[in-house]
Amino acid sequence: MEALEIARWQFGITTVYHFLMVPLTIGLGLLVAGMQTMWHRTGKEHYLRMTKFWGKLFLINFIMGVATGLVQEFQFGMAWSEYSRFVGDVFGAPLAMEALLAFFVESTFLGLWIFGWGRLPRLVHLLSLWAAVLASVLSAYFILVANSWMQHPVGVEMVDGRPVMVDAWAVFTNNTALVAFPHTVFGALAVAGAFLLGISWYHLWKRRRDGLDTLGEDGTVVVGDPGGARGAVDHKVWLRSARAGAVVAMIAFAGTGITGDLQGKLMFDQQPMKMAAAEAACHDGTGFSILSVGNLGAQSCDDITAVIEVPGVLSFLANGDFTTEVKGVNTLLPEYQEKYGTTLPDDPMYGERAGTAIDYLPVMEVTYWGFRIMIGFGAIAAAAAAAALWVLRRGTVPESRWLMRLAVFGILAPFGANSAGWIFTEMGRQPFVVAPNPDPSGIDSVFMFTAAAVSPGVSLAELVASLVALTAVYAVLLVVEVRLLFTYVRGGTASAMPELAHAGDRHDDASDTDRKDDGDVLAFAY
Amino acid sequence: MTEALPAVWFVLIAVLWAGYLFLEGFDLGVGMLMKLMARNDTQRRVLLNTVGPVWDGNEVWLVTAIGAMFAAFPHWYASLLSALYLPFLLVLLGLIFRAVAFEYRGKRDSDAWRDRWDWAIALGSFTAAAGIGAALALTTTGLPLDADGNRVGGAFAWATGSALLGAAGVVLFCLVHAAAFVALKTEGGVRAQADRLFRRLLPVAMIPFLAWALLVQLDTGSVVTWLVVVLAVGALAAAYRSSVAGRDGRAFAGLGVGMLALVGSIFGAAFPVVLPSTLDPAFNLTVQNASSSPYTLGLMSVVACFGVPLVLAYQAWTYWVFRQRVSEASIPAAHAVTAL
Ligand code: HDD
Ligand code: HEM
Ligand code: HEM
Repeated sequence: MEALEIARWQFGITTVYHFLMVPLTIGLGLLVAGMQTMWHRTGKEHYLRMTKFWGKLFLINFIMGVATGLVQEFQFGMAWSEYSRFVGDVFGAPLAMEALLAFFVESTFLGLWIFGWGRLPRLVHLLSLWAAVLASVLSAYFILVANSWMQHPVGVEMVDGRPVMVDAWAVFTNNTALVAFPHTVFGALAVAGAFLLGISWYHLWKRRRDGLDTLGEDGTVVVGDPGGARGAVDHKVWLRSARAGAVVAMIAFAGTGITGDLQGKLMFDQQPMKMAAAEAACHDGTGFSILSVGNLGAQSCDDITAVIEVPGVLSFLANGDFTTEVKGVNTLLPEYQEKYGTTLPDDPMYGERAGTAIDYLPVMEVTYWGFRIMIGFGAIAAAAAAAALWVLRRGTVPESRWLMRLAVFGILAPFGANSAGWIFTEMGRQPFVVAPNPDPSGIDSVFMFTAAAVSPGVSLAELVASLVALTAVYAVLLVVEVRLLFTYVRGGTASAMPELAHAGDRHDDASDTDRKDDGDVLAFAY
Repeated sequence: MTEALPAVWFVLIAVLWAGYLFLEGFDLGVGMLMKLMARNDTQRRVLLNTVGPVWDGNEVWLVTAIGAMFAAFPHWYASLLSALYLPFLLVLLGLIFRAVAFEYRGKRDSDAWRDRWDWAIALGSFTAAAGIGAALALTTTGLPLDADGNRVGGAFAWATGSALLGAAGVVLFCLVHAAAFVALKTEGGVRAQADRLFRRLLPVAMIPFLAWALLVQLDTGSVVTWLVVVLAVGALAAAYRSSVAGRDGRAFAGLGVGMLALVGSIFGAAFPVVLPSTLDPAFNLTVQNASSSPYTLGLMSVVACFGVPLVLAYQAWTYWVFRQRVSEASIPAAHAVTAL
């Protein structure tokens, strides 16, 4: 193992981990803000309970997003100093703006929201949540601008071998970013939708199991009302959440599909090798492979055959028609070699790799399956959501324990789709960390090999130490987070509203939370 | 105008670091006081709730300082962070544990659980403060960097006296600063304890910070920066007197001004060098050779002109919203979650 490999593993692990929290933060944040808005407008108890319950889970997850995001901000400098020096003039700007314009709003207004229940006027309290949530969406835009520049460098000129920004507008309206942004936000909503659906299903199922809710003559639900934390209001909480989750998951999948199609067209122009590798396509063609067999790991595509292939679809994905041939790996390799060389330059910055052959083909196992897992898991979640909506028409769920488990387990599918999307995007860019774009819209000479990006002064031992430490800490914290989430999920609405736990069958008047006595509300949060 | 931009950004980054030390200074200190001062769980919850609504916002000052260094001085960012790989790793681990602990400590009703997270808060705060202190001291006193800005001399080449001085300076500052802050934000027993702690600590706690400032002054100080040091000492003395007179607000302000002045004197004396090389002054990273292009700096300046005042305004508003003092009487019983 050499430093480069360890640094890549570390980056991959820490970012993918960060991106487990991120989509839930963005997606759930938007939904909770929607719930509180409904409560604000209607004053109905079940919207308050929804806001509190989902808000609690949102916070448990949010904090992990913060903790893991910190690592991201530092690790470009720590492990990828050559990269930071190379791209700093363009890349640092969106990162700094993200902190100044988005993270400050996000963290400050979320603090106001958490501690502001009953202290701030209701509308101000609601607007605080919206500010925090929209700031997290804004942060996604900034970071995707940064990332998109690595996929499609624009708005720069080369000065002394380094890109220098000359057109900020081009950087911030990079077409790659403008489609990656909605794609990512829809991906986040897919996660939140499945999360709402799975957890609500569990509670509806538990109400059935405990005999609270039963099925009437006509096959629709008869809601039991023991009052308090399990009263009829709670049934509304879960049913509305489940339906909202299902609808959001379906819309989100449609959204990822539409924006993903646009991304595919750009990728075909900007990074044709990634597209070919995503298809494991050796030869030029028009068909989209549903299943290809052969040794994807062999780093040559000659023995790969598409066993199931839909003609025309690949052309459509890439070009909007059914006939244009999409270039395969065998056509592209010589083009890349001619443009960017067959061996790494004899420069000390490449260390032992100087002068070795460049492998322009990304790891096809990853790109091929990454692309399919992304789409497939998203589709599975959307299909399941549609089925769930049908089942929920009765106002409750069946007593089947297996169906309940499936619904809960299904929460993982959109998470998997998101991770797969990123792994595909990032690994498909290899061997470049800043990818050259052969089409005329990119600036052809701007690129950087990943092999040149790592910090020259940092030792292998340091990188190994940090990889081990971060991975171990992340593993422990993941267990802690998931267990806490389970505890709070099982506790139902009362877990987020202690007043319910002690209320017996008293129906809490929502306006009760508006009291203004000093101190006690403030102290409540921790 | 464009020639002045790198200098402007140097000032802005110094301001971001100073703001970070001032704001997160007290919540890092409060974190350490969880184990050093609080005697029981209620007191610990009083401490936590003094910073509860604001600590995350304070931490973003660090994220912004680092992000701004990346945008305005990519070479400074790259050299400093890669040279101090292990210290920054410790800072990150400390901040990770601390952040998670703030949110998770109260989420399970078990003494062992809370105790574990209290240690995470205390040690995480300590590690973060020490690491940041060492890094800031080293960026003013120098690191063994070669002509390309890369560290030579191995993973521990940074472990010098000035690293220790900076670490001690920031850790001790956070502790007194937190004592002053808690005295200002609480009532009852906790407040009396914090008050006493503040007066006991202040005469000694700022010595390492002051020593670091003097070290930089002796090397590259000017008349102006020396005067700023004198001002700082004056402010610290005033802080002590105010505290004896029972004026918490002034004591807190005096200490804050003292620290800000010391940071100002340090960055002021270091200018225009952002990161000296201890191997050869020719390898020094300076405001000129480490900065981004004038175009990028100009763009960032526009954003900062509009963004920084906005941040200051709404953060100030947050402190105003949560201006009430917290007391043990205002802490409700712990709420345990049970499965339905
Ligand atoms: C598409 C969205 C997205 C992507 C690709 C990334 N992040 Fe992130 N990040 C967020 C969306 C987000 C967020 C949703 O805004 C978070 C999650 C929880 C939070 O507090 O904000 C966040 C938190 C977060 C924080 C903590 C902010 C705080 O203290 O409040 C930092 C420093 C970063 N991120 C930095 C990064 C960097 C340097 C990334 C590049 C590798 C990155 N993030 C990828
Ligand atoms: C602004 C955002 C991002 C930037 C600037 C960025 C940059 C980088 C860099 C510098 C590397 C190391 C070089 C390499 O091995 O390719 C990398 C690798 C990687 N990144 Fe990203 N990344 C970003 C976002 C993400 C996100 C959000 C994810 C996923 C959740 C991700 C997943 C990965 C993975 C899996 C690798 C490892 C690839 C490999 O080892 O081949 N990246 N990225
Ligand atoms: C019909 C479905 C979809 C299509 C055609 C599609 C297409 C794409 C393409 C082409 C990329 C790569 C962009 C690049 O490398 O330049 C991508 C990336 C990505 N996809 Fe999808 N996708 C689909 C569904 C999904 C779903 C369901 C999710 C998540 C729930 C998802 C999440 C992501 C993420 C997180 C990335 C990486 C970030 C980005 O580049 O936007 N995608 N997608």
